[in-house]
Amino acid sequence: MNAHLTVTDLAIRRGGIPVLEGVSFTLQPGRALVLRGPNGVGKTTLLRTLAGLQPPLAGTISMPPDAIAYSGHADGLKATLSVTENLSFWAAIYGTGGFAPVLEAMNLEALQGRLAGSLSAGQKRRLGLARLLVSGRPIWMLDEPTVSLDAASVALFAQAVRAHLAGGGAALMATHIDLGIAEAEVLDLAPFKARPSTAGGNAGGRGREFDEAFA
Amino acid sequence: MIALLLRDLRLAIRAGGGFGLGLAFFLIVTVLVPFGVGPEGGTLAKIAPGILWVGALLACLLSLDRIFALDFEDGSLDLLATAPIPLEAVVTMKAAAHWLTTGLPLVVAAPVFGVLLNLQGEGFFWLTVSLALGTPALSVIGTFGAALTVGLKRGGLLLSLLVLPLYVPTLIFGAETVRRGTEGMETGAPLMLLAGITAASVALLPFASAAAIRVNLR
Repeated sequence: MNAHLTVTDLAIRRGGIPVLEGVSFTLQPGRALVLRGPNGVGKTTLLRTLAGLQPPLAGTISMPPDAIAYSGHADGLKATLSVTENLSFWAAIYGTGGFAPVLEAMNLEALQGRLAGSLSAGQKRRLGLARLLVSGRPIWMLDEPTVSLDAASVALFAQAVRAHLAGGGAALMATHIDLGIAEAEVLDLAPFKARPSTAGGNAGGRGREFDEAFA
Repeated sequence: MIALLLRDLRLAIRAGGGFGLGLAFFLIVTVLVPFGVGPEGGTLAKIAPGILWVGALLACLLSLDRIFALDFEDGSLDLLATAPIPLEAVVTMKAAAHWLTTGLPLVVAAPVFGVLLNLQGEGFFWLTVSLALGTPALSVIGTFGAALTVGLKRGGLLLSLLVLPLYVPTLIFGAETVRRGTEGMETGAPLMLLAGITAASVALLPFASAAAIRVNLR
């Protein structure tokens, strides 16, 4: 699988205000990149932009089509569906087959028949991360993946990421926890903070103003 | 795509899913109107087509804000937007699920409730036909309204105000079909227009809904 992601001179905005500019990096297959930076610097916005949920202000993102599995703050679970039903839904959406190995990998076997609504926060998170495994996508984009996970589950998750990297995948993570993944590089976003002077920005012209009205 | 439809149907029939909400509302309207209007059969028969259509329309409106709001809150909508199926297909399946859980039960139940309003002879047939042709448009237009207001807190009021004017043509031609059918007149013209509105909505609005969601997810 092709997991090559190149970002060149990317500028992004949140709520119409530029937050980051000049972000450039390359993510090779088999590598993990950890995004660091203070609250509000734009880690989530960067991940959402890369996942295609919002357009960049400037710059280019180059990657193979349909490469990204995005995992945000919310897990996208349905409380009235069981663990198996939640997972098999995403497996069907991504067109991948069996999810039995995934249940094992995220230690969810004992919870299979339980409704997602009756799981604890950490168990929900594990189920949310299991969705990445059934997606079969090469590039994982994870926003604070270890929130509410206990130490054992973090280790389980790190193991899953390592297996993904070993299989030629790549991962981009916004996290404050050291996952103990040796090959992970760290990208500090603080130096890329957008300068207020460029905030008004007349780079876009009429098309952009029109866009702003809906942002 | 089918997986999404099946999931939504399953969610609808599970506890708190909202299946039957529209149907219960429709039942309440048709039971209460005769009490309000009085037992005079002629009057009831005269207003029955209009009341039945207004009741069906409001019942549809009742469950619209659930279409995307729940998926938006738990993050599923973000994930669906990054999934391999196009957003146009997602909104089409959402509209289909809404119709199957709200519109179809109304079509099936309407002739029964028509008895309560003293609907006459041919009216039962034309009520079923016009609702079967018209309710898909209500679901698709409603999905568009829900897409426009997704992410807004308490967006239900805005949604109703946006959607109601778009429902008016469907209501006019739907009720007119039943009225003409009841009086033994030609129903071809209003029925054709009703079918035309549905066909146009189903063909065009999913693109508008998908575009609205893309903007709202930013």
